[in-house]
Amino acid sequence: MNILVTGILLSGTYALIALGLTLQYGVARIMNLGNGETLVAACFVAFWLYTGLAINPLVGLLIIAPAAFLINWGIYVVALQPLVKRAKNRGQLEVDSILATFGLLFLLQGLMIVGFGGEYHSYNFLAQRFDILGNSYGLNRVVAFGAAVLIAAALWFFLYFTRQGTAMRAVAVDPSSANLIAIDVARTAAFAFALGGALSACGGALLSTFYTFNASMGVTFTMKALIIVIMGGVGDVRGAVLAALILGIAETVVASLIDPGLTLAATYLLFILVLLFRPQGIFGRSAT
Amino acid sequence: MSRGITGSEIGWLIVGAAAAGVASLLPLFDQGFYLSLSVNIMLYAALCTAWALFSGPTHYVSLATAAFYGLGTYSVALGIDILPYPLLLAIAAAAGALLAGIVGAATLRISGVYFVIFTFGLAELVRQLVTWTQTKFATAIGLYVFTDFTEEHIYWMLLALTAVVFITGWAINRSRLGFAMRIIGNDESVARHVGINTAMSKIVLFMISGAFIGVAGAIMAPRYSYIEPPSAFNPMISFLVVIMALLGGTKRLWGPLVGVIPFTILMDIISSRFPNHTSIIVGLAFLTIVYFIPDGVTGLIEKARAKIAARRGSEVAGERTA
Repeated sequence: MNILVTGILLSGTYALIALGLTLQYGVARIMNLGNGETLVAACFVAFWLYTGLAINPLVGLLIIAPAAFLINWGIYVVALQPLVKRAKNRGQLEVDSILATFGLLFLLQGLMIVGFGGEYHSYNFLAQRFDILGNSYGLNRVVAFGAAVLIAAALWFFLYFTRQGTAMRAVAVDPSSANLIAIDVARTAAFAFALGGALSACGGALLSTFYTFNASMGVTFTMKALIIVIMGGVGDVRGAVLAALILGIAETVVASLIDPGLTLAATYLLFILVLLFRPQGIFGRSAT
Repeated sequence: MSRGITGSEIGWLIVGAAAAGVASLLPLFDQGFYLSLSVNIMLYAALCTAWALFSGPTHYVSLATAAFYGLGTYSVALGIDILPYPLLLAIAAAAGALLAGIVGAATLRISGVYFVIFTFGLAELVRQLVTWTQTKFATAIGLYVFTDFTEEHIYWMLLALTAVVFITGWAINRSRLGFAMRIIGNDESVARHVGINTAMSKIVLFMISGAFIGVAGAIMAPRYSYIEPPSAFNPMISFLVVIMALLGGTKRLWGPLVGVIPFTILMDIISSRFPNHTSIIVGLAFLTIVYFIPDGVTGLIEKARAKIAARRGSEVAGERTA
C-alpha cells in the first residue's frame, strides 16, 4: 500500500512531463529529445527562485510556465520550423527533428553543466510529514501531485472544451485535413510545441520540490517520458496519464522490492511489452 | 548474384589496400601521442563504418553502439583468464549480434521512431543489468584485463577489423540483401510489394552491424585494463558515432571515414583542453549537420561534382541530380 501510494504520487509529475512530450510529438510532429532539458532548466529556475528570492515553487510556476512557453515557441520557430518546411515526408522530418533535438539536448545540457556544475542540488520545501491511510509521506510530494492533477485537468479542459484545443486535436489527427477547415496548422503546431514545453517545465518545477537534481539528468526523464508517450499512444492525453501511473507504480515497486538500480530495466520491460502487444498505445485503435 | 567485378571496383580495391598498407606502417614512426590518437581514429572508423552498414540504407538512427561495444568489452573482461583471445572476439561478435537480433525483433517490425527511442536507452539498460548482476553475484564491480597487447597490436587489430567491415559492406552491396536494402531505403512499401521480407532484411543487417561493433569493443578491452560498467557502456560513444558517420555521409561506404578523422582529432583537442565543453561541441555538431550538411561532406562533394559536370554541358548528369 505504501509502495502504491508513493508510486501514484510520483506518477503525477511523470504525467505532466509526458503530456508535454505527447503534445510536442502528437501535434507539432517533433520528437523532442531535448524535452528533459526543459525540465532540468525548470528545476534550476525553481531552485533559484526559492533559495535566492524566497519565492514558493508553486507561485514560481506562474513565472516558469509562461517563460518556458515563450522560450519553446522561440525554439520551434527558429530551429524546428525550417525542418518542417524542408521535409519532403514524415520520415524525413522524424530523422531531422531527432537529430536537431539531440543537438539541443547536448547544447542545453552542456550550457547547464558549465553554468551550474555537475553537482546535485536540492532544497527544502514543505519537508513535513503527511499521513495517508496510516502511512506518512512527504507533504511536498503530495502537494506536487495535487498541483500536477490540477494542471493536467486544466489541459484536458483546454483540449476538449475550447476552440484552440479542438484545433490542436484536429492537427494531431491529420494536419492536411485540418488545413482544409481553416485551421492555421503552422501556428497551432508552434502553440502545441510551446504548450508542451510549458507543461514539461511545470513537471520539472514540481519535481524539484522533492527530488535531488543535477544538470545532466534530463536524458533519463526524456527516456521515461518517451516510454510513457508510446505506452499511452502518441497524442493521447488519457493514455499518457494512465501510462504515467503504470510507470510510476512499476518503478516504485521495482526500486523498493528488488533494487533501486533496476528502475530503467523496469521501464524497459514495460516498453517491450507495449511494443510487442500494443504498439498503438493503451487506448489506440490498431491500424489495419 | 553473379555480377562481375568491374574495373573501377578493382581500382578502389587497390586504393583501399594501399591506404590500409600505409596506415599499418604508422606504429613504426610514432609510439606515443600520434599512435594513441590513431587508435581512436581507427576505432571510430570501424564503429562508424559498421554503424553506417545498417543506418545508411535504412535511415534508422541507431544509438545502440555503446551497448554492443560494452558487451564486447565485457565478453573479454569476463573470459580473459579462461578462454583464448580469438575465441573471445567470436563471443563478442555473437553477443553483439544476439542483442541486435533481440532489439531488432522487438522494434524493427514497426515504425522507425520506436527503434530510435529503444536504442536511446539501451546502453543504460544493459549497464544497469550488468551492474546489478555483478553486485548480486560477484564481489567487485570492476574487472581487470591483463594481456601482452600493446598499443600497436590494438591499432593493427582495429585496422584489420575496419578492413573486414569494408569488405563486408562491399559484399553486402553486391548481394541480394544489399539490393533489398536499397529498395527498402527508397520506398519501403514498394519493397514489401515486390516480396521482400523487409523486417527480416533489416534485422539481419542490424545483427551484422552489431557483431562488428561488439568485436571493436572486445579489441579495445585490453587498452582499458580496468573495466567497469560506466566506462564500457559510455553513451557518448553512440552519439559520437552518429555524428561522425553523418558528418562524413552514409551513402558511400567510405563516407563515414571522411567524418571520423577530423572529428576524432577535434574531440581529442576539446576533451583535453576544455573537458567541460564536450557536450556543447556535440550539440553544435548535431545542429550543424542537420541544418548545413544533411547529406554529409561526401554529399557536398558529390553535389559539387554534379554541378561541375552540369556546367560542362553534360545534360545527363544534370538530369540525374535534379
